[in-house]
Amino acid sequence: MDPAILSRMQFAFTISYHIIFPAITIGLSVYLAVMEGLWLRTKKPEYLQQVKFWLKPFAITFGMGVVSGVVLSYQFGTNFSRFSEVVGPILSPLLAYEVLTAFFLEAGFLGIMLFGWKRVSPKVHFMATVVVCVGTLMSAFWILAANSWMHTPAGYIFQDGRFEAENWLEVIFNPSFPYRYFHMVIASLLSASLIVAGVNALYLRQKKHQEFARVGFSFAMWSLLILAPTQVLIGDFHGLNVAEHQPIKLAAMEGIWETERGAPLRVFAVPNSETERNDFELSIPKLASLIITHDSEGEIKGLKSVAKDQRPPVAVVFFSFRVMLGLGGLMLLLAVLGVVLRVKGRLYIYKPFLTFATLMIPSGIIATLAGWYVVEVGRQPWLVQGLVRTEDVVSILPAENIAFTLGLFVVVYGLLFSVYLYFIRKLVRKGPPVLLGDDDNHLTDDSVQLATLTPVIGLDADKVRT
Amino acid sequence: MDWAITWLMILGFGVLMYVILDGFSLGVGIIFPWLKSEQQRGVAMRSLSHVWDSNQTWLVFGGVVLFVAFPQAYAVVLSKLYLPVMLMLIALIFRGVAFEFRFKAESSRRWWDFSFAFGCTLATLCQGIILGTLVQGIKVDPSVSTSWLTPFSAITALSLLAGYGLLGSCWLIQKSEGDLARQARAIALPLLTCVLVGLVIVSIWMLVKEPTVAERWLSTPNLYFLMPIPVLTAVVTIALVKAINEPEKHHLVPLLLAIVLFALALVGLVVGTFPYIIPREVTIWQAIAPDSTLSFAFVGVMIFIPVILLYNAFAYRVFWGKTNEADGY
Repeated sequence: MDPAILSRMQFAFTISYHIIFPAITIGLSVYLAVMEGLWLRTKKPEYLQQVKFWLKPFAITFGMGVVSGVVLSYQFGTNFSRFSEVVGPILSPLLAYEVLTAFFLEAGFLGIMLFGWKRVSPKVHFMATVVVCVGTLMSAFWILAANSWMHTPAGYIFQDGRFEAENWLEVIFNPSFPYRYFHMVIASLLSASLIVAGVNALYLRQKKHQEFARVGFSFAMWSLLILAPTQVLIGDFHGLNVAEHQPIKLAAMEGIWETERGAPLRVFAVPNSETERNDFELSIPKLASLIITHDSEGEIKGLKSVAKDQRPPVAVVFFSFRVMLGLGGLMLLLAVLGVVLRVKGRLYIYKPFLTFATLMIPSGIIATLAGWYVVEVGRQPWLVQGLVRTEDVVSILPAENIAFTLGLFVVVYGLLFSVYLYFIRKLVRKGPPVLLGDDDNHLTDDSVQLATLTPVIGLDADKVRT
Repeated sequence: MDWAITWLMILGFGVLMYVILDGFSLGVGIIFPWLKSEQQRGVAMRSLSHVWDSNQTWLVFGGVVLFVAFPQAYAVVLSKLYLPVMLMLIALIFRGVAFEFRFKAESSRRWWDFSFAFGCTLATLCQGIILGTLVQGIKVDPSVSTSWLTPFSAITALSLLAGYGLLGSCWLIQKSEGDLARQARAIALPLLTCVLVGLVIVSIWMLVKEPTVAERWLSTPNLYFLMPIPVLTAVVTIALVKAINEPEKHHLVPLLLAIVLFALALVGLVVGTFPYIIPREVTIWQAIAPDSTLSFAFVGVMIFIPVILLYNAFAYRVFWGKTNEADGY
């Protein structure tokens, strides 16, 4: 097989796997910081209980993110060595800043966050939690800056056979960066909210850990109500930006072959790259133009406006985009139903809704992955839009070496993911720690029935600290 | 200011930090199979659970500094050493997840013990092979393949295994008490012997096989300037043997001396290859990145490295002293 294809498959696989974990931990770290902050302010133990419960899935997820992330930091050099030489002078300092401002920060304070309960004061512990949270957001900042530059390069000159920065502010705050960054951060917050909502919905449905589940479920449903519409808005802005800078990607997203005015929105279609048209189409007239250009007669560039070898694989982009949109719609629906039920006073008891919330647990992650496929596959065949073609910058390696490591990654990552899910399931089944309040170790890991929990809430606040 | 030399020093600092810090973390895994009881293995791993992540981060730092300052070297070295680099990364995955899963496991604990020891050992062997191949020299020309599995790289790999193992046992001497500390001391001595044998073989091999290295070391006046390196190594070794053998007096001293030993070995190596970033092929001045890249990244390094060292020191202080059973979550 072609080494270029194998290297791309390997990169796509390892980065897709990796992104699952940061997407969860960015959002979950915000949740943990908010809950611990609420606990410090109000001293209500149910907030501490939230922190202590979600800290464990957070730790495992974070660990998975760390081990799969180190691989990525070396893959530019191993599999895309020409890329490292040509584009390295632009991208490497951004990655360096990620390591300096985020990686070390997270790693340095994670130990205190996870293991420091008895070694530092609650305030210092809270500080560690906040720092880890800030670290995850900074990490996303630099990665998205580097990634965005590859889509909308700015602030550079090309000399001596490589790209060099002329203006670092323009490199970092390149035209698509703000949209991508906020789109990704909101996606992470959504993913975490959906997980928190879903797990608590499961408890509510099973009539377990009711007090605990209500606190988390209520918070997560409010978050969804704010986040889901915000994401639609940012997505719309991002779409306008893509139309401006990467019109061919947009054409692939919308399944538009001929440049047209008043383009219809293809709700569903089967794009065919061979015949250069859609084999089947279900569309709403003029809607695509209206959404993208905010004018029902606006012009949208078609795929055929560029040569065949400059078009991305249309079907992948087209379908990924619809998966993302579809799941986004379901998230909106969940959030709106939540409000309706809350008004009616049935939020915690209406079973079909709780089932719906539980089924939505992976939807944030799947939508995030689908979104990345739209973005990254949509940029092909370019690695840096309009400047560097992917096939020109892969390492010269024996195909069997890449095939071997790709196979290893598939096996090892597959095994790990099963183990990860197994342990997460185990933690969920075990349920939250129970509040006791008789010695200085107020939360035990033994799941006891709710009866022992209720009287403790409202205890002397100072005594309930761990 | 000479950017190439400045960035070589930053790279050297990063590598040294990594080798020392992840050296003892990986080392605990290397000697893991020789720890007797389940409970001792638990303490050994717990003593690392809050530091392994920040220690490993220096590997990412080292990689990214190479990428920033010498992009050509980063590209050539990593793609030429594709398999050992990839295997090292996969081995580090086994090491890392063992921490997350071991303490949440009941029936599968032995698997995570294995995963930890296996990951640490394989990662170290790969790093040793990478080191040995680099020292022997790799060809920049993409059509010439580089063989990385040679008798020399096998020896550097085994030496590094013994070296990390030594650091790991010295870490345990500092972090544990009773039986575990006694065992760590007993393991440290034979490992120190292996390290010395390895150092001697590698040094002689280099002097015999590489005329440039021999010339650098054996010509006057270089000889007088460089003599302190082997002499200091001998002095530190003797002090280390004494410190290991005096259980009542020294807890931290063996670890500190072992670290000095590592630093000396690294300096010795750099002296032999300077000013090449890819030995005998590309010098640091030929591979250096453009000024705009270097100055921008340099600001970050100068501001954040001191801050990083400060809060890492704080994190070490929080967990200072002997590891106990309660340090979990």
